[in-house]
Amino acid sequence: MAEVALETRGLTKSFGGFTAVKGLDLAVRRHTIHALIGPNGAGKTTVFNLLTKFHQPTGGTILYEGADITREDSARIARRGLVRSFQISATFPHMSVLDNVRVALQRRLGTQYHFWRSAKSLGALDGEALRLLADVGLSDAARINAADLSYGRKRTLEIATTLALDPPFLLLDEPTQGMAIDDVDRIKRLIKRIAEGRTVLMVEHNMKVVADICDRITVLQRGEILAEGSYAEVSADPRVKAAYLGGGHG
Amino acid sequence: MSTTLRIFCLLAAAAAAVPFVPGLIYPVFVMKVMCYGLFACAFNLLLGFTGLVSFSHAAFLGSAGYVTGALMIRFGAHPLGMPAAFVLGVAAAVAVGFAIGGLAIRRRGIYFAMITLALSQIVYFLAVQFRWTGGEDGLQGIPRGSLFGLDLTSDTTMYYVTLALFAAGFLFVYRVVHSPFGQILQAVRDNEARATSLGYDTDRFKLLAFVLSAGVAGYAGALKALVFQLVSLNDVSLHTSTEVVLMTLLGGVGTIFGPLLGAALVVGLQNYLATIGDLVTVVIGLIFIVCVSFFRRGVVGEVLHLVRRRAERPSEAAPERAEPAHRAPIPTVPAPEKAVQA
Repeated sequence: MAEVALETRGLTKSFGGFTAVKGLDLAVRRHTIHALIGPNGAGKTTVFNLLTKFHQPTGGTILYEGADITREDSARIARRGLVRSFQISATFPHMSVLDNVRVALQRRLGTQYHFWRSAKSLGALDGEALRLLADVGLSDAARINAADLSYGRKRTLEIATTLALDPPFLLLDEPTQGMAIDDVDRIKRLIKRIAEGRTVLMVEHNMKVVADICDRITVLQRGEILAEGSYAEVSADPRVKAAYLGGGHG
Repeated sequence: MSTTLRIFCLLAAAAAAVPFVPGLIYPVFVMKVMCYGLFACAFNLLLGFTGLVSFSHAAFLGSAGYVTGALMIRFGAHPLGMPAAFVLGVAAAVAVGFAIGGLAIRRRGIYFAMITLALSQIVYFLAVQFRWTGGEDGLQGIPRGSLFGLDLTSDTTMYYVTLALFAAGFLFVYRVVHSPFGQILQAVRDNEARATSLGYDTDRFKLLAFVLSAGVAGYAGALKALVFQLVSLNDVSLHTSTEVVLMTLLGGVGTIFGPLLGAALVVGLQNYLATIGDLVTVVIGLIFIVCVSFFRRGVVGEVLHLVRRRAERPSEAAPERAEPAHRAPIPTVPAPEKAVQA
């Protein structure tokens, strides 16, 4: 299965007596947008935390581009190109919008430990940071602090920061959660656009977003896969209707 | 040149004039402020720019002081005695910093603070037990020696050497804050999980910051040992570790000049209110309560906050960047072991 970018085999996570993820076999194909949906508590975010090693799996293996990454730490996985976003907006609030993006770009200079060098040396990255901001429509906000952005624009900044790493694989945790309708639409189009040439795995509650842009959907329930397929297939599945969609959305 | 550096040049120029007006202000007092100011700057590098609360800074100040002092007592007469003792003192603080930081850095918030506290108490214990530290007596009558032919026994010469070393130390901290490394530190302070998800090993950044901070604290300690020709148990005590917290918060945590002002205020109060005896601690305590109740950004922090709000008028937009001081947040002790949301 050469087209599979990320794969889990029997991935399991227990918290004390509670098993949040049970023997998950997930395969995300390269250059697709794959959605992970399911009712609250189904284990979606736990799966994300396991994939990016913010939690250690209790059992099973994770393969990324054929390499076993089960034992690697979070930062190493990010450096492999598997970059995540967070459910709540994750910016650096007291840094300017430009600096937020620049922090992500900075790693490629290899000077991140250079405490003796002037920060002016980072000016070389400003052009690219501004280009990334222009790309997502945040040019006008480059100099203000991330904390002063609206919620929707914070999430946009987060995507720009993630894109700065030019990651081949993006993990987006509820990118449109808590957004106004206009923002949802904008983020949806942005994700669709940035997924070009990349693989995206996203947790999403907004069925319209899932239906519009996701190629493949995995439905989780109580830590296990309930159904998998295209939106049409999944939404027609009676088990999914019963467990999650409740018939109303299908 | 940035505004910060211009202000610093003015301050340094004013400090350089002090020996000419000894009636107005004691040079020895200014040297004390410079030593503690540098110490507070070191602490601020960690609390203000990395977001770590440490209760071990006296261990760094003191261990450097003891090593420099003990070496000066034995080899002070040698022409290279003073620079060698100074460098080895700083190296000792770096080593102690690496040991304490290496053990504590994986923990978060209050646990981190408590581990640094416990380990610094071990350093205190060792200072009491070792013979070369002089135990309860400490080290007294430490010779100042000479630096590249300059005889440091003269208070005026010592004053200018102290000023030069202080300026170098301050500019070093300034550079660390405004370096590529400093940018990542800010990111770690603002949102550690996000910094990790961008591929940065945050523990390594925090450890390096901790060691650098320990080194600067040691630099202040070595300088202080030479200036006062004295190292005592007080220098490695918990009291000193908490005093530096006070200085930093009072002046303005996360600002460049705050720790200097805080150190000047605390040292000044201790000096000028010395006549009221132990009541000084009550006065300082009250000031601290007022500070955390009404101006939590500290003196410099509040001033910068006001300036910034004025500057936010559109006509004066786009001020000079690379001045993160006034953007620094009021630090809070992070929640213990904040779990990633499941």
